[in-house]
Amino acid sequence: MKKLILALALLAPLTAFAAGGGAIHPNDPANIDTGNEAALQRGANHFVSYCLNCHSMQYERWQRMEEFGVPEDLLKSNLMHAGAKKGDLLKVAMARGDAANWFGAPPPDLTLEARLRGSDWIYNYMRAFYVDESRPFGVNNTVFDNVGMPHVLWEQQGMQKAVYTEEDDGHGGTHKVFAGFEKVSEGSMTDVEYDAMIRDLVTFMTYMAEPTKAKSHRTGIMVLLFLALLLVFSYMLKKEYWKDVH
Amino acid sequence: MSLMNWIDDRFPLTKVWNEHLAEYYAPKNFNFWYFFGSLALLVLVNQILTGVWLAMLYKPDAELAFASVEYIMRDVEWGWLIRYMHSTGASAFFVVIYLHMFRGVLYGSHKNPREMVWLFGAVIYVVMMATAFMGYLLPWGQMSFWGAQVIVNLFSAIPVIGEDLSIWIRGDYVISDATLNRFFALHFLLPFILAALVFLHIVALHKVGSNNPDGVEIKKNKDENGIPKDGIPFHPYYSVKDIVGVVVFLMFFAGVIFFAPEAGGYFIEAPNFEPANPLKTPVHIAPVWYFTPFYAILRAVPSFAGTQVWGVIAMGLAIVVFFLLPWLDQSNAKSHRYKGPLFKYALGAFVVTFMVLGYLGVVAADANRTLWAQVLTLIYFGFFFLMPTYTRETSSKTTMTSLYFMMMAVSTIATLYYWWMFSGGADGSTTVKVVVSVIAIIHFAVFGIKPWLKPEVSKPVPERVTK
Repeated sequence: MKKLILALALLAPLTAFAAGGGAIHPNDPANIDTGNEAALQRGANHFVSYCLNCHSMQYERWQRMEEFGVPEDLLKSNLMHAGAKKGDLLKVAMARGDAANWFGAPPPDLTLEARLRGSDWIYNYMRAFYVDESRPFGVNNTVFDNVGMPHVLWEQQGMQKAVYTEEDDGHGGTHKVFAGFEKVSEGSMTDVEYDAMIRDLVTFMTYMAEPTKAKSHRTGIMVLLFLALLLVFSYMLKKEYWKDVH
Repeated sequence: MSLMNWIDDRFPLTKVWNEHLAEYYAPKNFNFWYFFGSLALLVLVNQILTGVWLAMLYKPDAELAFASVEYIMRDVEWGWLIRYMHSTGASAFFVVIYLHMFRGVLYGSHKNPREMVWLFGAVIYVVMMATAFMGYLLPWGQMSFWGAQVIVNLFSAIPVIGEDLSIWIRGDYVISDATLNRFFALHFLLPFILAALVFLHIVALHKVGSNNPDGVEIKKNKDENGIPKDGIPFHPYYSVKDIVGVVVFLMFFAGVIFFAPEAGGYFIEAPNFEPANPLKTPVHIAPVWYFTPFYAILRAVPSFAGTQVWGVIAMGLAIVVFFLLPWLDQSNAKSHRYKGPLFKYALGAFVVTFMVLGYLGVVAADANRTLWAQVLTLIYFGFFFLMPTYTRETSSKTTMTSLYFMMMAVSTIATLYYWWMFSGGADGSTTVKVVVSVIAIIHFAVFGIKPWLKPEVSKPVPERVTK
């Protein structure tokens, strides 16, 4: 037992320290469920309508959306680009050179965004645009400072401004601390509706970042059950052989 | 068995089987730590098999590499599984090898007559590191690119030939398509070299016989048939026992592969989900966890006389020093069980040091962390270079020698340490400076008690293995 504890203690530090990264504001959990087909379908619709004009998802194909119940005819009529085939990748028509000129940097591919930055990050980022007249598109973002992207969903969310409070920094001065957002203009959605929309979008992006995850979990459970059974038999075999070792 | 006879007349199949398995007598008292040799072999086979399949689908081209990995992950049937088995296998290989090496040091498996076994093992470790380093470039993500950039740049710190050497390694002035292509070629070749080295490692082991937790030579106690009294045939006893170890290992392995292939960002780092971009340096470049103790040592040593090469030398030495272990360890006993309290303390401190250095290599460096890394670098090397003094059996004659060595050690440490204080970690907080100083002084002072330790504190090595 002592040895087991020692062994575990030796292995523990490999998992104990968390990955770094600065805190973001706001920092709300996305609470997504990549098994929710309705959310995935709504998210796919949002992504195609609002994101795919500038951002590609070029490592994945249209037919992947059939996995979460999008029927082939709806996929072709409502989601896919005209003339596209099911097996085509989700490319974007915009030329990278043009994109770089318009936005300062070409909009990044979003296939793996949820694995690169995390689902929560995207969820907060999409809710963190605020009015800043000094920026080319009139908006800035508290999660991604000085981002080149315009607030694509301003019609839904409305516009907000960032509110800061002055706080004593303990060295005789003050520094600005993010306190929250304040609505400047109303959008077509309430905050609750908008958050739900973003949650669907993030659900979809998370699914597409690692579409094999559910299959991996299902397979993993079977593999572990098999190994557990194998452990019983292999341990009994060992016991049987080692009976005569003294 | 006429077929067997036919083969045996032409090829020593039965002979080899008997010599290395059915009639290879291994000590009967192997414990938990002895699982990791067979597990290392298992992981090597896993890496070669999954690697060959990945190579069938991967494109070693800067324009195509990243997309080809995603193609494997998404479009190839079970491609995600093969890829995760390979990426998890890389980390698993190092977990298993580090535990295997720790076992060796714990029970003195590096000592006479097993020096060659240890040396082949050390070569395997170095080749493994080279293989892993080159393999890490292949997914062509941001961390692949910048990690390789940082490591290859280390060679340019070598005086005179450094610049040319690093260009020769890369085949270009920066990490580029040329580098990717050659790293792929070498990453495919080196595992077969590893397999050959593993063969030599085992040939050397079977010549001298396996060590055991008591460090007792079982060949010294044989029965009338010439069979070691404490030995049992490897097959079937250890083959069936190792199967249990394999199944338990596979449960952990499968747990990571199927449920957490990124292992919290340690096995697959998040920046690697973004394609390599030579124009965009990541905020924080960290090598994969298995290199981080050495990376921490590299960063801990400050530049001096206008060159950074000292850190590179220290890092290289931190690896090369493993080769010297059989000769640094001067104790008569092999196993830690009979080496007395000082060795136990030194090894324990070394394990803690290695882990904390690993942590410091993962996180971004600041002045305080640099101070910690510096003192731990000294403790790291102290484990090896003080070993001749703290492992040698004390007698009246060696007391003075030992004292002398301790004074040498302490004064060297103090000098180095103060020198570092004013360069690398000068901006660190006073509290940290005091804490690391106290730790250094206490740590090294412990070895100073050596001449006053009575020989009786070490249990005598038994004649036969204990249970």
